[in-house]
Amino acid sequence: MPPDASAFQLVLSGDPALFAIVRLSLIVSLSAVLGAAVIGLPVGALIALTRFPGRQLTIVILNALMGLPPVVVGLLVYLALSRSGPLGSWGILFTPQAMIIAQTILIAPIIAALTRQTIEDLWVEYRDELAAMDVGAAGRVATLLWDARFSLVTALLAGFGRAAAEVGAVIIVGGNIDGFTRVMTTAIALETSKGDLPLALGLGMVLIAIVVIVNAAAWGVRRVGERIAG
Amino acid sequence: MRAPLADLPIVLDNVSLLARGVPIIDQVSLALVAGAPTVLIGPNGAGKTTLLRLAMGLVHPTRGSVTWGGRSEAPPTRRAIVFQRPVMLRRSTSGNLRYALDAAGVRRGARADRVDELLALVGLSGFGARAARSLSGGEQQRLALARALAKEPQVLFLDEPTANLDPAATKAVEDVIRTVAARGIKVVMSTHDLGEARRIASEILLMHRGSIVEAADAARFFAGPATPEARRFIAGELLV
Repeated sequence: MPPDASAFQLVLSGDPALFAIVRLSLIVSLSAVLGAAVIGLPVGALIALTRFPGRQLTIVILNALMGLPPVVVGLLVYLALSRSGPLGSWGILFTPQAMIIAQTILIAPIIAALTRQTIEDLWVEYRDELAAMDVGAAGRVATLLWDARFSLVTALLAGFGRAAAEVGAVIIVGGNIDGFTRVMTTAIALETSKGDLPLALGLGMVLIAIVVIVNAAAWGVRRVGERIAG
Repeated sequence: MRAPLADLPIVLDNVSLLARGVPIIDQVSLALVAGAPTVLIGPNGAGKTTLLRLAMGLVHPTRGSVTWGGRSEAPPTRRAIVFQRPVMLRRSTSGNLRYALDAAGVRRGARADRVDELLALVGLSGFGARAARSLSGGEQQRLALARALAKEPQVLFLDEPTANLDPAATKAVEDVIRTVAARGIKVVMSTHDLGEARRIASEILLMHRGSIVEAADAARFFAGPATPEARRFIAGELLV
C-alpha cells in the first residue's frame, strides 16, 4: 500500500495514538498563543504609545526577535529548567508545561511586534479624538487594543502558525516522550527517521488541516465582526 | 456634588505658535465668552484650525498663555471639539456614543437614555446599530457632534464641520449647530464658507497669516468691513 493511502486511512480511522498527539499539540500551541498574547498585546501597545530613550532600538530588537531560532529558545529554556538551572526546582523539564513556556517565548515577540505596528497605525487615526475626550493612558491602550481586535487576530494567527509548525524548541525541552510530550511536529520528525511514512504523512495532513481551519475560522470571525463594528 | 469648574471665558493672551521657527499663530489675543456663536473665517492656511486647537488645549503655545475660566491647566472636561474629518471609532453608532459617555464619566445606568437622546438630537434615531464607519459623511459629522455633546460641554469647537458635505447634509449639520447654540452652549466654529458664516455667526473673527485681522459683530462685519483684508475676502478676492 502506498504511504499516502495509509496516511488517509490512519486519519479517517480516528487512530487514538494519532489523535492523542494532535490533542497535545493543540493544547501546547493554543496555550502558548494565549500566554504570548497576554504578554505581547500590552507590550506591543505600550511601545506603540510611549516615547522613551532607545525606543527605536527596542523596535529593531523586537522585530529581530520575530526570527528567533527555535532551537536556541529550546536550549535556553532547557538550561533554565534543567536541574542545575535557575528554575530547576520547578521540575517541569520534559513536560508539556516546559513546551508551552518555550513556545510562548518564541511567539511573544511576533505578537508584540505586529501589535506595535497595528496599534501605532490606529493611534495616528485616534490620537486627536481620544485627546479631545480626555481619555487616560490606560484607557487609550484598552481602546486601541479593542478597536484593533480584528487586525490583531492576524498577529495571533501568525503566532499560532509559528507555534504549530516549530519542532526545534519542543523537542529539546519536551523530549518527545511517547504519550506525554510527543506533538505533531516532533512525531513527524521521529516517524520519518524511523521510516514510518504513513503516520508521518497522516500527522502532516492533520497539521495542515488544523492550520487551514484555524485561519478560516479567524477570517470568518474578522469578516463578521468588521461588518458589525466597522 | 461639587459644581464643575467653568471653562469660560477662554482667554488667549498674546499667543504665538511656531513650527520650525515659522509662526502659524502670530501674537493673537482673544477672549471667548458665553453667548452666541463665534465664527472664524479666512482662507486655507490662515491658522483657523490651529487657533481652535490652542483654545481646546490640544496644542500648547510657543509664546503667550491660554487660560480656561482663569486656570492655565484645565483638562477638557467642559469643552469639546469636532474635527474637520472626525474619526469614527470602530464600533457601532451607539457604541461611539457609549464610549464618549463613559469617557465623560456618565454612569453606566444612565448611558442608554443619553444615547437615545443624543441620537435624536442629531437626527440619527434608528441608526444606533449601524457601524459608525458605514455612515455617510454628513451622518458621521452629526454623530461626531453627538459624541462631542456627550460630555455636556460649555463650549463646542467645530473645525469646518460642513466642508465636503452636500447642501442637504450641510443643512442638517447647521440645524444641529443652531439647536446646540440655542441650548446655551458656546459654539466656536471655523469655516471658509462666507454663506455659512452669515447663517451661523453672531461674532466674526477674520484670520489671515496666523493673525486676527478683524473681530466684529457679524452684521456689522458683513455690512461694513473695517479692514482691506475683510473687504477683499467678502468680495471674493483671494487672500494670499
